[in-house]
Amino acid sequence: MSKYYLNYLDELESEAIFVLREVWAQFQNPVILFSGGKDSIVVTHLARKAFYPSKIPFSLMHVDTGHNFPETIQFRDNLINELGVNLIVGSVQESIDQGRVAEEKGKNATRNALQITTLLDAIEVNNVDCAIGGGRRDEEKARAKERFFSHRDDFGQWDPKNQRPELWNIFNGKHFEGEHFRAFPISNWTEMDVWNYIARENISIPSLYFAHEREVVWRQNSWIPNSEFLKLEETEEVLTKKIRFRTLGDITITGGIESEADTVEKIAMEVSAMRQTERGNRSDDKRSETAMEDRKRQGYF
Amino acid sequence: MIDNNQLLRFTTAGSVDDGKSTLIGRLLYDSKSIFEDQLEAIETTSKRKGHDGVDLALFTDGLRDEREQGITIDVAYRYFTTPKRKFIIADTPGHIQYTRNMVTGASTANAAIILVDARHGVIEQTKRHSFIASLLQIPHVIVCINKMDLVDHSEEAYNKVINQFEEFSSKLLVKDIRFIPISALNGDNVVNRSENMPWYQGAPLLHTLETLHISSDINKVDARFPVQTVLRPQSEAHRDYRGYAGRVASGVLRPGDEVTVLPSGFTSQIKSIDTFNGEVEEAFAPMSVSITLEDDIDVGRGDMIVRSNNTPDTSQDIEVMLCWLHNSPAKPRAKYSIRHTSNDQKAMIKEVVYKYDINTLERQTEDKTLTMNDISKVRIRTTKPLMIDSYRENRTTGSIILVDDTTNETVAAGMIV
Repeated sequence: MSKYYLNYLDELESEAIFVLREVWAQFQNPVILFSGGKDSIVVTHLARKAFYPSKIPFSLMHVDTGHNFPETIQFRDNLINELGVNLIVGSVQESIDQGRVAEEKGKNATRNALQITTLLDAIEVNNVDCAIGGGRRDEEKARAKERFFSHRDDFGQWDPKNQRPELWNIFNGKHFEGEHFRAFPISNWTEMDVWNYIARENISIPSLYFAHEREVVWRQNSWIPNSEFLKLEETEEVLTKKIRFRTLGDITITGGIESEADTVEKIAMEVSAMRQTERGNRSDDKRSETAMEDRKRQGYF
Repeated sequence: MIDNNQLLRFTTAGSVDDGKSTLIGRLLYDSKSIFEDQLEAIETTSKRKGHDGVDLALFTDGLRDEREQGITIDVAYRYFTTPKRKFIIADTPGHIQYTRNMVTGASTANAAIILVDARHGVIEQTKRHSFIASLLQIPHVIVCINKMDLVDHSEEAYNKVINQFEEFSSKLLVKDIRFIPISALNGDNVVNRSENMPWYQGAPLLHTLETLHISSDINKVDARFPVQTVLRPQSEAHRDYRGYAGRVASGVLRPGDEVTVLPSGFTSQIKSIDTFNGEVEEAFAPMSVSITLEDDIDVGRGDMIVRSNNTPDTSQDIEVMLCWLHNSPAKPRAKYSIRHTSNDQKAMIKEVVYKYDINTLERQTEDKTLTMNDISKVRIRTTKPLMIDSYRENRTTGSIILVDDTTNETVAAGMIV
């Protein structure tokens, strides 16, 4: 008799496929929030598996801050082509030009918080009733209590104290006009699970994740890539280092780590020995103890 | 991590006083799952609050309100991995007003950890937690008798708690109960075997979690396949493909099996069981697959494919153990939406048979109200038949939720008797 149990990666995959199919069945116009980072790439891969032999029935939505790594945009466009799916771009630059948001000032200014408005506008304009994200509960303490199906009111806000209870695998996506949901199929995955899965499934990811030579500046305990958007302090010095990125966000806030890992297997080895969380290199989370929770309440990813 | 490692989901119920947060902190810390930046953040907060040393309990506090009040309001999920297994902890608060959170955390758990303070023995809270574990049919219960350091690591104190526990637990339906004497604060018998309790011959907690036999907890007898959605690619390569997508709830399905589609009752044979990676020879819980049938019959979301020689009950009248989850009480004879697997119907609560006093576990028949955290036996009538199994036999086809259509909120969760 064969064994009738799944290993942990197969069980996580099956759970994510189940969630994606529930999203498709319960909503009219769901999209995948695609950042070009490994988590949204994995979610897209899972969507491909969930609906095979049909095409992915969702559009991909990208919130473009204008402060991108060029590699991310290239990767995004290639993937869209390969999958034959529709791409929706919400532009932070347009939100600024239309006066919907104002650019932050100062040395540590970023467009991170500005994305919230652009994202919510894009959701509203495109009549999206469910935005599927690659958020994981192990990432950050405010995310540890996130549901698979997470309700947002008609202002796009998350109320952590008023979340719907989620029992067994019964998801309640009922909502009123103007409200939307966020769905997180890989809630139960850890960073390690994501890397092991990328390795197992042989999923392509942007070159930025692999060790490469790059001009960087040491700031807030990590290597910030040099770019046209970076305002250098007098004391700061641009160096060339062999680095890679553990997460991908805006080029202005994503810190790299020194690394020699140039294959997925080596990255997985490196991650398993890490003593810092992956978001430890994200200056957007360092602003306060509840920085993530505060942004999530307003409608952040 | 080795490829055939399994996933174990367990729940921990308890309050700060039991040392629950310390125990979780200890498991994560000793299994090297706490990162340096997380530890630094906790150290900073510990100092600011004037605590001596690092308060590992802070690691399990999440939302701002909880950090301010020093309590866990909601279910928080934690993750750690050892070379043997991946673990998901559903960390829930233990006080009576959070019964609904305990029920939520318990609904997906393979195992429950129940903490007992060795000095106080079995108290009402212990009984409540055990009752919920039994009600939600968690297959394995591990009773950790904590703070053994405060009773001189005495075997007598440990045995006393076991006797107390066994006295009341004979009424419960738990298949597997184990007892472990621990000190979460000092790490005795959590990850490492205690040198202070040589009289204890059993395994430490982590080893127990790593070796619990969970493969046989899944129902492999009753083949149940709730259809989530229909895949119709209508592409050149798959012009006539019509696959029923879903996740196997229980049992084993194979191509060639004689199946019945419920509620219509049409019969056919399984033609193929498909995945992105190709056809498979058999599908079992909790695999997500797509099934094609030999005959062109009408199948859609909410239908259930079952083996023809083993079908669930079909009924409009169901008895459930209902946990009320919402702060507004049940409205008498009001209609609710009922969700059962992928099926969505309307339902009415016809009768409250009895309500449990969650502290004494006695049945009350006078009070017919359903308010938040109440656990009651009720009779429900649905507008159309549901395809049901008892929760004891099948956690997926034996569970329901109720949704209030005026607010869209999930207001209750039920286990079919």
